[in-house]
Amino acid sequence: MPLQRELVEGNEAIAEAAIKANCRFFFGYPITPQTEILEYMAKRLPQVGGFFMQAESEIAAISMVQGVACTGARVMTATSSPGISLMQEGISCLASMQLPCVIVNVTRASPGLGRIPPAQSDYFQATKRGHGDFNVIVLAPASAQEMADLTMVAFDLADEYRNPVMILTDGMLGEMMETMVWPERRPRNFVKDWALEGAENREGRLLISAPLTDHELIELNVELNKKYKKMAAKECRWEEFYLEDAEQVVVAFGTTSRISLEAVDEARKKGIKAGMIRPITLWPFPHPPFKDSCPKAKAFLSVEMNNGQMVEDVKLAVCGRAPVHFYGQGGGWVPSSLAVEEQIEKLAEAI
Amino acid sequence: MTSTEEVTKLFSRPESLVGLPFAYCPGCGHGIIHRLIAEVIDELGIAGKIVAVTSIGCSVRMWQHFTYDMCQALHGRAPAVATGLRRALPSDRVIFTYQGDGDLAAIGTAETVHAAARGENITVFFVNNGVYGATGGQLAPTTILGQKTSSTPYGRDPALAGYPIRVCELLSSLDGANYLARVGIFDASSVTQARKAVKKAFQLQIEGKGFSLVEFLSPCPINLKLRPIEATQWVKEKMTSFFPLGEYKGGKNR
Repeated sequence: MPLQRELVEGNEAIAEAAIKANCRFFFGYPITPQTEILEYMAKRLPQVGGFFMQAESEIAAISMVQGVACTGARVMTATSSPGISLMQEGISCLASMQLPCVIVNVTRASPGLGRIPPAQSDYFQATKRGHGDFNVIVLAPASAQEMADLTMVAFDLADEYRNPVMILTDGMLGEMMETMVWPERRPRNFVKDWALEGAENREGRLLISAPLTDHELIELNVELNKKYKKMAAKECRWEEFYLEDAEQVVVAFGTTSRISLEAVDEARKKGIKAGMIRPITLWPFPHPPFKDSCPKAKAFLSVEMNNGQMVEDVKLAVCGRAPVHFYGQGGGWVPSSLAVEEQIEKLAEAI
Repeated sequence: MTSTEEVTKLFSRPESLVGLPFAYCPGCGHGIIHRLIAEVIDELGIAGKIVAVTSIGCSVRMWQHFTYDMCQALHGRAPAVATGLRRALPSDRVIFTYQGDGDLAAIGTAETVHAAARGENITVFFVNNGVYGATGGQLAPTTILGQKTSSTPYGRDPALAGYPIRVCELLSSLDGANYLARVGIFDASSVTQARKAVKKAFQLQIEGKGFSLVEFLSPCPINLKLRPIEATQWVKEKMTSFFPLGEYKGGKNR
């Protein structure tokens, strides 16, 4: 039987994919443009024997996530930008206790209260995170299809590394309907011999964020850092386009990657040797294609719906081999493909 | 019959305690409260069913004293973490949090109120000593009027620092809060009453009756700058006049 294509909203693709990944617990707080995930879970989870709760705040929601994660069950929360600010203390705590969970950020325009158009201005708070030395894997889907695919991947990665995983998307992708095919991926099973369930006939288990001594905290940091290095080495994901002969390389993720790819295609038609790298993991940032796949690149152009938060990571990946330019704007601005194409043309003239 | 066979052990360390000496200051109430909780859990035979949530402040290290499955929660978040545990674990598991006054009634007020309002089937042990102990004796939400702390060096003035919060009274308006009791640990009789309250709270949870909270008025001699016996006397005389002991909800509302 051919796979059925369905018309699905991005936020709902995330929610249903979580259920397909055996996530049976969701805690959240309404905030635009994330709310469809919460509403979908409120309706859907009871149908599959799961549990949904609307928390009193994002701070409480992430703490409830912590409680479920302590039992080893798969659990998710979703919010939008100011909500992530509130969750940061909890995400740091989950990372310190090595608890798996999936956190979705459907980014809106900031700073402060901001407004609700889409934005990519949470790149920093996703990839550079809250207090302390910890990392979370950050996945940046660019379509309803990838919202579903990467959500399923996210739960497996969270369990594999015993670590929070974040899906960073925006109000454009979250609220747009597209055709997609539900992933056939089967969720992986993991032995969780650390989970809390009551210490019947065995020693008590502890999930601790504050060790007793300074020395033990340093030991924990050493252990965590080993894990993060392994994640950085193994989990880079990206997509690349026309890099072999590219003289300029556009770098964009999520919504801007779709717009930029159209611009790159149009520029190619005009004979401009443009290519593109689309980071799918924002942490770990995918260094390999910058190093190995674009030997002829004379310039890079980072296209972002923010004030240039990804530029420093692109510069680190390019490592001084070519200049890195930026085209973008924070506050809810969305570029047109024509505008990006113009930037590509300008850069082509300059190099 | 030899003399050794006549020896019956009447008093020993509860099996729920691992046997480390308590790490708290001389005269601190945590040791007594830890012991009461452990005694009742042993008596009810539920040690293997317990999942406990510890919090911050002096009792951040309480996990080293008990034999249970335990996790830590950030400042004020214990009732939310306990909510996650409650909703994910089988219903026969017994879940408690252990929180101080700053944790429960300042930074975690929202989590406390909403866990109670939802009627979460958990037990909260609330240690009210009227100061922030671990950070060196600052103003707590339960510091009584006129009380000197390191951040109210001239005494708590309601014009500057507001009035103390009476947690049991505050929560008693919530339908979801089923059992609310304030107890003392300042003499043998009050300790006996406190033990009864701990037992009742756990029993109600086992019966699935919803949110229970036991508030202990507890001495902090170091930060009150009093000798242990004086601090205990201070709790008995000064704190109880502002925080009357008793059951504010008796566990019968459902």
